[in-house]
Amino acid sequence: MSFQDIVFIVFAAILLVSGFRVVTSKNPVHAALFLVLAFVSASALWLLIEAEFLGIGLVLIYVGAVMVLFLFVVMMLNIDIELLRKGFWKSLPLAAVVAAIMVSELILLIKVRGADVKPANDVMHSASNSHALGKLLYSDFIYPFEIAAVILLVALVAAVGLTFRKRKDSKYVDPGKQAKVMRADRLKVLRVQSEKFLEQPQPNADTPAE
Amino acid sequence: MMLAGLNIVPALPETFLLCAVSVLLMLDLFLKENSRAILLGGSLLSLIVTALIVLNVGESGVIYTFHHMYVLDPLATAMKLAAIATVFVIFVYGTQYVTDRGMFKSEYYALMLFALMGICVLVSANNFLSMYVGLELLSLSSYALVALERDSVKSTEAGMKYFVLGALASGMLLYGISMVYGGTKSLDVNEVATIIGSGAANMVLVKIGLVFIVAGLAFKLGAVPFHMWVPDVYHGAPTAVTMFVSSAPKLAAFVFVSRVLGQALPALHGEWQQMLMVLAVLSIAIGNITAIAQTNLKRMFAYSAISHMGFVILGVMVNSQAGYAASAFYVITYMLMTLGGFGLILLLTKAGFEGDQLSDLKGLAQRSPLFGGVLLLVMFSMAGIPSTVGFISKFSVLSAVLAGGNVALAVIVVLLSVIGAFYYLRIVKLAYFDAPESTAELSTDKGMKFALVVNGLFILALGILPQSLLDYCQQVVLASFAS
Repeated sequence: MSFQDIVFIVFAAILLVSGFRVVTSKNPVHAALFLVLAFVSASALWLLIEAEFLGIGLVLIYVGAVMVLFLFVVMMLNIDIELLRKGFWKSLPLAAVVAAIMVSELILLIKVRGADVKPANDVMHSASNSHALGKLLYSDFIYPFEIAAVILLVALVAAVGLTFRKRKDSKYVDPGKQAKVMRADRLKVLRVQSEKFLEQPQPNADTPAE
Repeated sequence: MMLAGLNIVPALPETFLLCAVSVLLMLDLFLKENSRAILLGGSLLSLIVTALIVLNVGESGVIYTFHHMYVLDPLATAMKLAAIATVFVIFVYGTQYVTDRGMFKSEYYALMLFALMGICVLVSANNFLSMYVGLELLSLSSYALVALERDSVKSTEAGMKYFVLGALASGMLLYGISMVYGGTKSLDVNEVATIIGSGAANMVLVKIGLVFIVAGLAFKLGAVPFHMWVPDVYHGAPTAVTMFVSSAPKLAAFVFVSRVLGQALPALHGEWQQMLMVLAVLSIAIGNITAIAQTNLKRMFAYSAISHMGFVILGVMVNSQAGYAASAFYVITYMLMTLGGFGLILLLTKAGFEGDQLSDLKGLAQRSPLFGGVLLLVMFSMAGIPSTVGFISKFSVLSAVLAGGNVALAVIVVLLSVIGAFYYLRIVKLAYFDAPESTAELSTDKGMKFALVVNGLFILALGILPQSLLDYCQQVVLASFAS
């Protein structure tokens, strides 16, 4: 058993256990954290077969961005886990059938096609694949790549254009304007004549009597 | 180094446009509320400069760059010029409208220019990948533009519908493209054609892909049976945006269709000609017949646009030099008509009032004989009555169809156009023979009024002397479609 095999077994075991815990843990925050662990071990497996671009991408995009966002959402929403688990036993048979079909498909696929699948590092063992991808993106595909960047800019402009509005209830005041205020702008002195004392008004006849 | 041989000169118009938009967006941050007019001036100026660059980099031959992703041929140059001119006119027409509706801000101009850039990318794309990103650039900007009037429920609804259906169509298109890639192992327009010609392609995959591509394209053109979004989007969008959605993207869609079908998949013309024929006849029929029942001008123009797109598809369907040239002429001159039509709606529209009902046009000729005349020209041209350009464009498409030997088809289309003439002439009747319902003054925007009159005169002038534009379209197609 080589060192690589040992590393594979360790990470695969962690992946399986954390995947199982995602489904079974009672606390949604724990489930999300186990999903992070599953992603990290999966990216270690990618690295093991020298697909480092996919490994890095998985960590950066899924762990770094998607899962953090997900955790925020999970923490902000008050999820009633009992409510979610209510239909568990009812839908178990269906889930079991789907799982059985998927497992048998996988076994068939590996048995039939497994013979001619070559390890990835045979195909591209000279160049690192992020190097190769980067080279293609910045040479052959530079034009669509740049246009894709413009599309992201459009998304940004559109999002601001469609959602940003000045809040009507904003209490913000401009300090410059505050400093410039003169007494005459705010204060009006009224000369009030002293008047005779009026009698207490009679209770309103329109008010319904109880 | 691979980048050393890169020739970016052909792509200079897009590059300049991108820089100009970025500058405008930055500039907006430092502008005071009352100096927003600089935005309009800046946008118009960048359009003029872009047009000059297009004129200068355009050559009579075909140039490829960016590893065959980008092509600069006379067809691309012609369509870019037409699109830039269209957007220029839209900015001039729409100024008063966007000011009244509180949309006079940098997003409107930036998104419009981004959409124009998408059109430029699309007409110059020589690879399915760059076509797709160009299309997405155009579509995403249009979705946002349609929904830009945020406080109007109609506008938001239209934006939502456009977005969801547009995403569906993009998905179909992409699926078709992936099929073609699977069948030919290439995304390059010329290479796909060569591989199919050499018989090395998996034709089953390519044909399945073709079906999806045609469906996606028909959606983008707004052809029946993929036209459901057109009336709702035209009706709901702010009129200045409707004017855009109904005009410049059609230029790009025409080039897209002719490049995909005419340059990449000409070997399959037997298959796609039948599909296009069905699309064209259904579009002309349903567009013209449903338009009769509309009381809202914007919806009526939407159905009219569907039938006009039927004619454009008809020209492509013929798959001959004459057919493509006729379609190019049709789509360019259609810009004049649709701009004129929506310009008239804007003329009747004021702050807080949309002049988009048929009854608003009553007695227009009495209120203003000049604009009654413009209306007469626009409607006659849309109906295809001689001495206006609409007649010439319909005539050239039909003669290409006849030259292709399809007499029955031409007869059907002519009969359907006669039905269409009814609702155009009804508008002329409303404007000339009915008493006006309101005596309110028309729009006071002098620049727009001037441009609208020039627009009408162009329709008349090109109707009487169409030869130079016809010749130009023929040359363009001849140089771009070498086959």
